[in-house]
Amino acid sequence: MEKLLLLGDEAIAQGAIDGGLSGIYAYPGTPSTEIMEYVQGSKMAAERNIHRQWSANEKTAMEAAIGMSYAGKRAMVCFKHVGLNVAADAFINSAITGVNGGLVVVSADDPSMHSSQNEQDSRFYGKFAMIPILEPSNQQEAYDMAYQSFELSERLNVPVLFRITTRMAHSRADISRHEVKDQNKLRMPLDPRQYVLLPAIARKNYKKLLSTQPAIELEAEQSKFNAFIPGENHDMGIVATGIAYNYLVENYPNHQCPFPVVRIGHYPIPRKKITELYESCKSLLVIEEGYPMVEEMLRGFFNVGKPIHGRLDGTLPRDGELNPNIVAKALGFPAAGEEPLAEVVKNRPPSLCMGCGHRDVYTDLNEAIKDYSAGRVFSDIGCYTLGALPPFNAINSCVDMGASITMAKGAADAGLVPAVAVIGDSTFTHSGMTGLLDAVNENSPITIIISDNSTAGMTGGQDSSATGKIVDICRGMGVDPSHIRVVVPLKKNHEENVKIIREELAYNGVSVIIPQRECIQTFARRKKTEKKESND
Amino acid sequence: MNNDIILAGVGGQGILSIAAAIGLAAVNSNLHIKQSEVHGMSQRGGDVQSHLRISDAPIASDLIPAGKAHLIISVEPMEGLRYMPFLSKNGWLVTNITPFDNIPDYPKVDEILKRVKAVKNHIALDADSIAKECGSTKASNIVMLGAASPFIDIPAAGIEEGIRQLFNRKGEDIVNLNLKAFRAGREYSEKNR
Repeated sequence: MEKLLLLGDEAIAQGAIDGGLSGIYAYPGTPSTEIMEYVQGSKMAAERNIHRQWSANEKTAMEAAIGMSYAGKRAMVCFKHVGLNVAADAFINSAITGVNGGLVVVSADDPSMHSSQNEQDSRFYGKFAMIPILEPSNQQEAYDMAYQSFELSERLNVPVLFRITTRMAHSRADISRHEVKDQNKLRMPLDPRQYVLLPAIARKNYKKLLSTQPAIELEAEQSKFNAFIPGENHDMGIVATGIAYNYLVENYPNHQCPFPVVRIGHYPIPRKKITELYESCKSLLVIEEGYPMVEEMLRGFFNVGKPIHGRLDGTLPRDGELNPNIVAKALGFPAAGEEPLAEVVKNRPPSLCMGCGHRDVYTDLNEAIKDYSAGRVFSDIGCYTLGALPPFNAINSCVDMGASITMAKGAADAGLVPAVAVIGDSTFTHSGMTGLLDAVNENSPITIIISDNSTAGMTGGQDSSATGKIVDICRGMGVDPSHIRVVVPLKKNHEENVKIIREELAYNGVSVIIPQRECIQTFARRKKTEKKESND
Repeated sequence: MNNDIILAGVGGQGILSIAAAIGLAAVNSNLHIKQSEVHGMSQRGGDVQSHLRISDAPIASDLIPAGKAHLIISVEPMEGLRYMPFLSKNGWLVTNITPFDNIPDYPKVDEILKRVKAVKNHIALDADSIAKECGSTKASNIVMLGAASPFIDIPAAGIEEGIRQLFNRKGEDIVNLNLKAFRAGREYSEKNR
């Protein structure tokens, strides 16, 4: 088959399609978004009628995938690391129910927080759920692992966690494909009560999960994604996980490391290989992208054995993404790239696009709220979070998806009246609606601005579940229709919009203001496509 | 053969098209390639870079080590200087001189160009003007690719084929515009290196 030049994300998508995927479920989030986008753009996925629409949030995505697995087919769920927090209830319990069709959960971590609020390491979730974890070191492995992951899941009757990090997700390389597998047929679980987690059944299922652990460990021990690579210098043994392995061998000619290495791409940690390394070397160095999970396990609480170096003792930095230079330093090579930049090089933070509707929203809001004391605007996750930066300096919080409405409510409960929430349309249907219901039920004195650009903008303009539905949702949730105000955020409407915001700030109950104007990025793309179509 | 190239610019300036054209040329030449991109938040007007590595041997790291890049291609003058710690002693900085000023403390262009000219091996050109002469300022990124091409170990014809593949679905006019832009950039470097 021909070679393809694919991002890590795309390699996972193609591997899943070729591996018999029937449905992919996801909510956009950097750096995971391109997995779903690749399947959506794939002709083969369309021909094979693979489900490939965005879900309202990560939890609904996870649950739909469990449903597809229940029906015997192979399903994949994709989100960024913090999305796994949203999906965690369903995720953890899916290990207790077990699977029917193969179930693979891709969680994309973002060490160094390029586009995230934290750098949590999804591998802990895999350990927590007691299921296998796959972590590719290159794009070909990403493809191969995705291709085989459904069968691993079906063989062990558990979901598989597929962990990647930003650099793997967004780096392109050439990959070769394998033969395309058939999709599973519709097939009910043999035990009709497998998925009924009543306590009595859950206890039984949990014991079964525990008794599966030796088989899960054996698979990892024998996995071709784990390897013991001999080396002549036994002063140190090295454990390298995922893409950390690349940074290790980058430092040696022909990628030949003089120290023995255990390379991990399939967890649980391969006990025999690690034991052999530990026994044959004077010390260990653990190099992993993310939290020092393997390092902590090897050190143990009392740290009484041979010296184990890594992120915990400062041999490597405790936080942030690895790179070849950081790893070089840990290996004792001279530091490089630490000279300061020329003074003319200034920081260039991201900013809202010129012409973006969120800009007008913040200009209007800043004007309307200036007579109140500062610090009352709770915001959320999306492009509009950039309103925190100059020139707007308009918001005071960004915590997690949907938290703007609920935090504004809590602050109002505490006496901060009025409190304001600024949330986007996609984030509102992701996790804002339930918070709105809380506010309506108590008639909290908050003003909610749902800045509606009809897309998930920050991740590149994916379809928003909210499009065309926000007013109806607010009415349905019980917001007084006279306090649902739809406006158009344009310069020419500035005076009127300021007046409307002022009126609603003064209202002692739940108000929803909905500034509606299409994202200028999706607008430009749409016009381009329309022009092309009219020319064709 | 191995070329380690850093592409620099501001989100939306088209550095990924440059990377894609070289990438296609590398695949056509049966070379190994790794190309790390920036997606997400920084694409909203922030600084973005791409690490592009091509080699006839397998490539390990997705990121280029500091001090090892053979070439920096920058579509904006200040952005190229941001990655100077990556440039090897004999490496080339090929930069556009048209500034993208979207920050309040953007320095004076003269001061930036003074720093650019202090780099031992550099090419500084007004890619936007050259692109305009070719038919559209939108092709300034491909002018930059042309200007950088003498320092890439893939024959120009191979990169031109990459450009054809990249713009093929946009029609013959766009392909020709970009080929013209590529050749104009290349000509500038050959005259001024």
